[in-house]
Amino acid sequence: MALPTYASPLERVWHYAYLVICGLIFFFLIAPIVVIIPLSFNTEPYFTFTDRMLSLDPEGYSMRWYDSLLTFGMAAPDGPRDAGWWADAWANAKWVKAAKNSIIIGFFSTLLATVLGTLAALGLSRPEMPFRRPIMAVLISPMIVPLIITATGMFFFYSNPCELLGLVGLPTNCGRLAGTYPGVILAHATLGIPFVIITVTATLVGFDQSLNRAAASLGANPRTTFFRITMPLILPGVISGALFAFVTSFDEVVAVLFIAGPEQQTIPRQMWNGIREQISPAILAVATLLVLFSIALLTTVELLRRRSERIRGLTPQ
Amino acid sequence: MLVLPLLAFILITFVVPIGQMLQRSFYNDGFSAHMPGISQWFAENPRGSEPNDAAWAALADDLLASAEARTIGVVGTRINYDVPGTRSLFTSTGRKVRKGIEPPYREALLEIDEDWGDPRIWSAMRDASRPVTSNFYLAAVDRTRAEDGSIEQVAPRQRIYVMLFMRTFWLSALITVLTFVLGFPVAHLLATLPMRKSNLLMILVLLPFWTSLLVRTTSWMVLLQQQGVINDILVWLGVIGGGQRLQMIYNQTGTIIAMTHILLPFMILPLYSVMRTINPSYVRAARSLGATSWTAFRRIYFPQTLPGLGAGALLVFILAVGYYITPALVGGSSGQLISNMIALHMTDTLNWSMAAALAALLLGSVLVLYWLYDKLVGVDNLKLG
Repeated sequence: MALPTYASPLERVWHYAYLVICGLIFFFLIAPIVVIIPLSFNTEPYFTFTDRMLSLDPEGYSMRWYDSLLTFGMAAPDGPRDAGWWADAWANAKWVKAAKNSIIIGFFSTLLATVLGTLAALGLSRPEMPFRRPIMAVLISPMIVPLIITATGMFFFYSNPCELLGLVGLPTNCGRLAGTYPGVILAHATLGIPFVIITVTATLVGFDQSLNRAAASLGANPRTTFFRITMPLILPGVISGALFAFVTSFDEVVAVLFIAGPEQQTIPRQMWNGIREQISPAILAVATLLVLFSIALLTTVELLRRRSERIRGLTPQ
Repeated sequence: MLVLPLLAFILITFVVPIGQMLQRSFYNDGFSAHMPGISQWFAENPRGSEPNDAAWAALADDLLASAEARTIGVVGTRINYDVPGTRSLFTSTGRKVRKGIEPPYREALLEIDEDWGDPRIWSAMRDASRPVTSNFYLAAVDRTRAEDGSIEQVAPRQRIYVMLFMRTFWLSALITVLTFVLGFPVAHLLATLPMRKSNLLMILVLLPFWTSLLVRTTSWMVLLQQQGVINDILVWLGVIGGGQRLQMIYNQTGTIIAMTHILLPFMILPLYSVMRTINPSYVRAARSLGATSWTAFRRIYFPQTLPGLGAGALLVFILAVGYYITPALVGGSSGQLISNMIALHMTDTLNWSMAAALAALLLGSVLVLYWLYDKLVGVDNLKLG
């Protein structure tokens, strides 16, 4: 925004001060994320820039912390790096295991959240939907209710999911969900659903219902109409909702702390352990990888958003 | 109906578990289920009646039965919540009773441990003899039941929960104000720049938003610690001496800085989306009518940003009140919030009823704010990025 020509000197000073202030706030936002990237290449086990790093001496930088992500937990980390070594890393390294768990849990919980969330968003945006606001409020609430409360509730429920069946006289023992993959997946799906609903509902705002009616009048059955007309139009919203749900699961640690067993250690859980027990720059290496991951996700979501706005004709190109 | 599957899913995996958990805050049958005889006696005799021979006999019977069923620990734990340090009274008495106990039971039990004559124990057992109790809520607001049944404050040294609630609300309010002070200029800049530039700068807001919470917390731990980057820079600049490095982490300062950073995007995004829609000609009109730029901002521009401000402030406050991870990692002891106390009762002290009572109070306040948010902003106006 440019200064108007009639601005007084004082206003000019204020304007530049304002730009400097904004610059500092942007710095505050981004610096903590950027600073860990060089620190993760530190040769020394310190969390600050060593003199050698500051003088850009290559000796000051190393990949040792990235290497330790692979070797930590391996049966024979010091052997020659042949096929056997990589197989060992794939099977035993703790961070690799955690990454596998995060991806499995993230994938299935996202799938569940996206399918259920998209259906519900479609239903909610129909004009004839009764109790729209209260239902919406309930469906969004997993995002609002403090995680610790959700997690404690799930802790009791998932350790014996059938307890309430006792009230209607059914057997109350049907196994546990706590400490199993389905348990963590269900929990993460619950937490991801609000994001899917919000993004898909936003895409459906301004969705022209006459398109559906036109398809029906031309003889398409509801299924064809959905897949050929509705779906392509809301797809960007669905995908960005799915990405939100995936990130939620990928970043979630409280529910994992309460309901996951030792077999379901995810990346955030492993980070939590690392930070609480003995923090080493290996954490920074993970953090750097996660920052790169979030840059990739952010780019995807932004591209999708623009595409969605374009195909719905919200911004003229 | 398309909504039904999800509604059922949320009800089963979310609403019911929370309800079930909250039930523990007022329902605890740890004592009454395993000590039926003495519970019966309490039900038949009003508060204030001295334990008679029948009471002592029922107590001895129940202790024996409970010790043999190996539930005496549960019973002791339940009384321990109300009178700290009494769990071992039950377990050790249980062991001795199993070796044999002869009437008169009063003398026999007092022989085993004279604490059995303590009226506080009897008062606590009376409270626990009914499974439905308000004691955990009383404890959550630092109150307890005196021997005569009246409600009184606990000893000053033990008043922690009210203080924690106050601290949680105070810190959340402070963080909300800080995010507003930092977020407002940035949102204004983004809203007034041309689209191309503002989209570019928007990345600086969205990247932290998309970055893992643990990553952001970790980086603040790295930056703020005593041997960390910020202290190094301050020493290098000569602002502080090498020996007086600032303690900025593991205390409230750490919690405030890290949470402000983490929650800032939640303030900027709603402010930005409202500011985008403000027509600049209003401010220009005010200026042309002779208003100074400050007056034009205060009287014309700022009132139009209030919907965004309300949405952002409520969202930040709601999220801050329930924060757990960041205070747990960077908060030390003075930066802990009520969520951390709930976690402590869940995992360390195992006083689940207490955790549930605290959770109920926290949930209640969050739901009030959520209701307010729905009234003012509408949940369907919630936007992400």
